[in-house]
Amino acid sequence: MKNCILAGVGGQGTVLASKMIAACAMRKGYKARTAETIGMAQRGGCVVSHVRLGDEAYSPLIPYKEADLIIGFEPAEAVRNLPYLKEGGTIVVSDRAVKPTTDAFSCKKYDGKEMLDYLKSHVHTIIVDTDGACREAGSYKALNMALLGAAAAAGVLGIQMQELQEAVRERMPEKFHRLNIRALEAGAGHMRVQEDDRCR
Amino acid sequence: MAMELLMGNQAIAYGAIRAGVGLVSGYPGTPSTEVLETVAAQNSGDIYVEWSVNEKAALEVAAGAAYAGMRSMVTMKQVGLNACCDPVMSLAYLGVKGGMVLVVADDPGPISSQTEQDTRKFAAYAKIPVFDPASPSEAYKMVQDAFTYSEKYGTPVILRPTTRVCHACESMDVTLEHTVKKAEGFVKDPRWVVFPALSRQCHEKVEKRRPVLSEDFSGYRYNTIEGTGKKGILTSGISYAYVKEALGMLTREGKLSQKEADSYSLCRIATAYPFPEEVGRTFLSQAETVLAVEELEPVLEENILMLAGKDSWKGQVHGRLDGTMPAAGENTADHVKASLEQYLLGSRPEGASVHEDPGQLPVRPPVLCAGCPHRASFYAVKEAMKGKKTVFSGDIGCYTLGNAAPLQMVDTCLCMGAGVTIPQGIRRAEPDTYSFGFVGDSTFFHTGIPGVVNAVYNQTKMTLIVLDNSTTAMTGHQPHPGTGKTMMGEVSNKISIRKVLEGIGVSYIAQVNPFDFQLAVETVKEAADQDGVSAVIFQAPCIAVAKPEKAYHIDENCIKCSKCMTKLGCPAISRQDGKVVIDKELCYGCGLCTYVCPVDAIKR
Repeated sequence: MKNCILAGVGGQGTVLASKMIAACAMRKGYKARTAETIGMAQRGGCVVSHVRLGDEAYSPLIPYKEADLIIGFEPAEAVRNLPYLKEGGTIVVSDRAVKPTTDAFSCKKYDGKEMLDYLKSHVHTIIVDTDGACREAGSYKALNMALLGAAAAAGVLGIQMQELQEAVRERMPEKFHRLNIRALEAGAGHMRVQEDDRCR
Repeated sequence: MAMELLMGNQAIAYGAIRAGVGLVSGYPGTPSTEVLETVAAQNSGDIYVEWSVNEKAALEVAAGAAYAGMRSMVTMKQVGLNACCDPVMSLAYLGVKGGMVLVVADDPGPISSQTEQDTRKFAAYAKIPVFDPASPSEAYKMVQDAFTYSEKYGTPVILRPTTRVCHACESMDVTLEHTVKKAEGFVKDPRWVVFPALSRQCHEKVEKRRPVLSEDFSGYRYNTIEGTGKKGILTSGISYAYVKEALGMLTREGKLSQKEADSYSLCRIATAYPFPEEVGRTFLSQAETVLAVEELEPVLEENILMLAGKDSWKGQVHGRLDGTMPAAGENTADHVKASLEQYLLGSRPEGASVHEDPGQLPVRPPVLCAGCPHRASFYAVKEAMKGKKTVFSGDIGCYTLGNAAPLQMVDTCLCMGAGVTIPQGIRRAEPDTYSFGFVGDSTFFHTGIPGVVNAVYNQTKMTLIVLDNSTTAMTGHQPHPGTGKTMMGEVSNKISIRKVLEGIGVSYIAQVNPFDFQLAVETVKEAADQDGVSAVIFQAPCIAVAKPEKAYHIDENCIKCSKCMTKLGCPAISRQDGKVVIDKELCYGCGLCTYVCPVDAIKR
């Protein structure tokens, strides 16, 4: 049984990423379940995808403290979903903050740094320089693949890089293959695995 | 058969296709929309699929096909069922010939809805059998069962999935092989004409059918009892999945040993109406207490209480009615686990959070997209009516988000179409107030038109703002009568909103692009001062159906007054390192901010 949360902001591509993970697991003969945020909440709001691989699940949503892995598409969204992480679980997180629109007229300042510091000091965290990875891949829209690539390379996804690449070739239109496969690799090349492992 | 990862809504569509459905109609609404879209996407050409103008039309179209012996399906969200309550009530009496399934998606939470109403309760009110799947793979099978029961009893049947079934995906074995059941054709018969005398007979027919169906459902494969313990757990739908998950967690944590596991029995009812009494009776015969775990309304709880009274059962029933379970909101495996821990083990569960408070997390309410034409329309009306006593009534769609700061342009929102009629009442009660109604293009066709007729006929002074973005945006860009595209891939004549308004007799009609901002403001001013009904159609496509223009940027002339941010609330504009900047990835190049900048610092 493997439980993975993908947390981000509407439009960042969490849904496609969760489908990719499920596709890889199904090829290996696992039962897959996912659940997504759809509808009004998508418009700039928080979105969460739950991915459950294996036979023991009933609920499409992962219960608290049962996620092996949280892929944070945004620092605060990773923190927001921490209650789902099991003890000893891992966070793979983008270091690029997405400011809420409401900040502009509420005079609040948020840059994600405090959130990354919080993650680093509390849980096993792998930070991905997604701006760097996306620049290398050629599009900021490939953020989701960069994060998946990092998670696979770090060995925390239970899915190999090669399996993800095959899923991209199988599931996406051909014109997007190059970009997304490059992004998978760029993500792996732009991660910083936390050296201090005391929280593991 | 092939393994596919299917969303619950896709699974329902696959199941209906497999069952030989010949006609599918519906109106988009979260969480139901993907059912019809999937049938259209997988249509090999032998199924007729349409987005109808509203749920009432959709239901009646499907009923007509079922009268003629075809298998038909109609899809909607729970509030859509309110919009077609009239035909549903009568159709329950008259019945159908071909199998007819109403897919009505409920939304516990609610996550994207106005109400937390329970379609199982509606089904009981209308006397229509209802099926309640617990997972996508069950929904695939249950929709096929629903068609079978519909034809067996000659009644429309409801399939009621909830959001977590509709939008959950599951890997499952499915096939799209099918044969559309051939329709016998419409046979003229008095049974299709509802008259008081016939209605009385029909009422008797459906009442007499209830116990028969109840007995039939007592043998239904998804009405089950697991275990023989004295602590009864009664559940249905997605809550059944949560109960199973929670019991598994308690076992894994070592809290639920074999002894305790033998102490409970789990009764799962997939057909809340008619309640399968024999299953309930067996359940009560072994249970001493019952905990009802369900969402929305205490439907099973009330049914078991009724049966308990009938059978003089002496135990206690806990659930929503006695305050044991929460009165509103959706269930989760965690909440259910806590309730079961208390119920089965008598222990108070520990808190869920293991981490210290991370401090304040950014709040992310949903917002209008960067470049959304609604922002320009709202801002134009706001500027035009500045300083004037005005009430702005809104409606259902993306533009409900216009209520948020900084626009704050939606003072009321009730239901589909009410954006046109609520302002009429406000004007009558407060004649010195300018009364505005905002309605989207799809909502205009849905239930907006009769409201306009009402205002013109009764000579109520109001200004109607039609936000025409050429799509049904909120639910994922479905076509509608104004777009001319149909779900069969044809292009019909686009129905012109302007011509409809002319036909009704609206005396002042203006059509303007809201991004032509000065003209938009002047037009609204002129419209507001007309006698009777005036209308402004703001026409600009949704960003999701239009290509972005070149992005803007802010140059060195910026005086950091922040007006572009604080007046518009565009997600592409933010403050970074003390400077106001436009995110070129998000900017759609709409240029609305250039009208707000006092020093002309925003350039292409």
